[in-house]
Amino acid sequence: MIGFLQNLIDALSLGSLYALAALGIGLLFGILRLANFAHGDFITVGAYALIVPSLDVTAKMFIGHWPLILMIPTVCIIVVVLALLADALLFRPLRRASAPTLMIASFALGYIIQNVILMFYGARPKAADLWSNLSRQVEIGQLRVPQLQLVTIAVTIALMILLTLFLRQTSFGVQMRAAAEDFRMARYLGVRANFVVGLAFAISGLLAAAVSLLFLSQTGQLSNTMGVPLMLFAFIATVIGGMGSLTGAVVGGFTVGLISTMLQAYLPPELRPFRDAFVFAVVILILLYRPGGLIPTKALVQRV
Amino acid sequence: MDTPAMLEVEDIHVSYGRLVALRGVSLNVGEGEIVCIIGPNGAGKSTMLAAIAGGVPLQAGTVRLGGKIIAGMVPEAISRLGVSLVPEGRHVFGTLTVAENLRIGTFQRRDRANVNDDFRRILEHFPQLRERLGQPAGRLSGGEQQMLVIARALLTRPRLVLVDEPSLGLAPRLIDQVYEILIDLRRREGLTLLINEQSSDRVLKFADRIYVLRSGRVQLHDRAANLREGHAIMSAYFGFQDRHDAPASQSVPS
Repeated sequence: MIGFLQNLIDALSLGSLYALAALGIGLLFGILRLANFAHGDFITVGAYALIVPSLDVTAKMFIGHWPLILMIPTVCIIVVVLALLADALLFRPLRRASAPTLMIASFALGYIIQNVILMFYGARPKAADLWSNLSRQVEIGQLRVPQLQLVTIAVTIALMILLTLFLRQTSFGVQMRAAAEDFRMARYLGVRANFVVGLAFAISGLLAAAVSLLFLSQTGQLSNTMGVPLMLFAFIATVIGGMGSLTGAVVGGFTVGLISTMLQAYLPPELRPFRDAFVFAVVILILLYRPGGLIPTKALVQRV
Repeated sequence: MDTPAMLEVEDIHVSYGRLVALRGVSLNVGEGEIVCIIGPNGAGKSTMLAAIAGGVPLQAGTVRLGGKIIAGMVPEAISRLGVSLVPEGRHVFGTLTVAENLRIGTFQRRDRANVNDDFRRILEHFPQLRERLGQPAGRLSGGEQQMLVIARALLTRPRLVLVDEPSLGLAPRLIDQVYEILIDLRRREGLTLLINEQSSDRVLKFADRIYVLRSGRVQLHDRAANLREGHAIMSAYFGFQDRHDAPASQSVPS
């Protein structure tokens, strides 16, 4: 029982990262019908922003050594600016392009980011120590939980509450929800397309920055493709959650985290190297029974 | 023209790929007028309104609002200049509440101080909506949704409202109600309206002027009063040469 609870907390913590990343992807998909495969690379940039650019194997902290109150906003700003630049330089000229075109463009952007990092930071993964004091364990009854996992879960819940408040209570949020449901109608009512899309990119960047910090502090390792697997699982999370639904993205994120962690824990040891294949098998099963995802949106159907 | 033209559409051409929707349509709407475009399905009526509102690009021609060229502007800019489109098929934001739907169009207004007054005043025309402000708009009936999109358009404080087939999919009793509200709003708020309809009998009663659109061209244009008797409108609508003729072959010139 204790073992199961321990696994459950692992699942929540991993699911938190997937849910945050999936929210960033889902937000853009909802408004632009853009499946942003560069989202993982936004996450990578946030992590690399902490260190001094060099080809050395060990990372020397730069922004990472600043006090939290400066460091967190700086990383957020860097990733948000990157996301806004991606919109202005790449996706805005493609505004009338089809969804597959947008997706391919995001692939290209991802590769460019990965290779720029390669040029300035070298190809070898680097060890980077962020918040290692958080790896201490807290004892809750018989449970021993790393502080970091609690922080991850708490930050995720806080960000989700903030995002919900923003979307429900502010005029910008209401405009974004309207645009996600029927972009053209929103524009007929005076909602500025470029502004709403820019806002979505900015929030997506903010969520990516949060994942950067939490993910790096968990793994302690930087690589120029570190965001790719996160993006992949987050993308799967948005699909099984129901493309275009933010609640779906969160539910999907936690579902993927849960499946992944439980398979890791309970698969026979000789099968564990193939864990991801089993994860994808479960995803296929979910989609067979619920092709629209766990929380399907009507918005997608209406748009066609 | 006995009223100054608020909206002037001059010889506009619109096509969707190889499909030509409008082949040189001109139209004008004076301040405070109700002008109706009638015509069969596929005549280009919806394209006409979308073109004015900036929703589809023009191949040729121009659109002026109060003398200022608005053709080529993005829809949100045209909306901010005071043109509000109520598109066909209602387009409520179903997951947003009724109140949120209504507020969308007010966010861009500069006269923030008047918004709450307008909100109250316009809701007086739509008592059904007032009771359901907190509900998701997707749960409203078809008639209520039509009311909602009209009220929502009005809250952008438009000078000109474009209404695309408000009667579509509504029971006759509800259609009457929608038109009563529109006419009432014109009287009380001094609205200018350009309305699309498929059938002529209803709009002839209250429109000032009528354009008959068929196959992307204006077939007939006159004051509604002149069209109430006689067959001109039927001929234009169906494309008869004159009323003694059999229906002309329906081949559309391309």
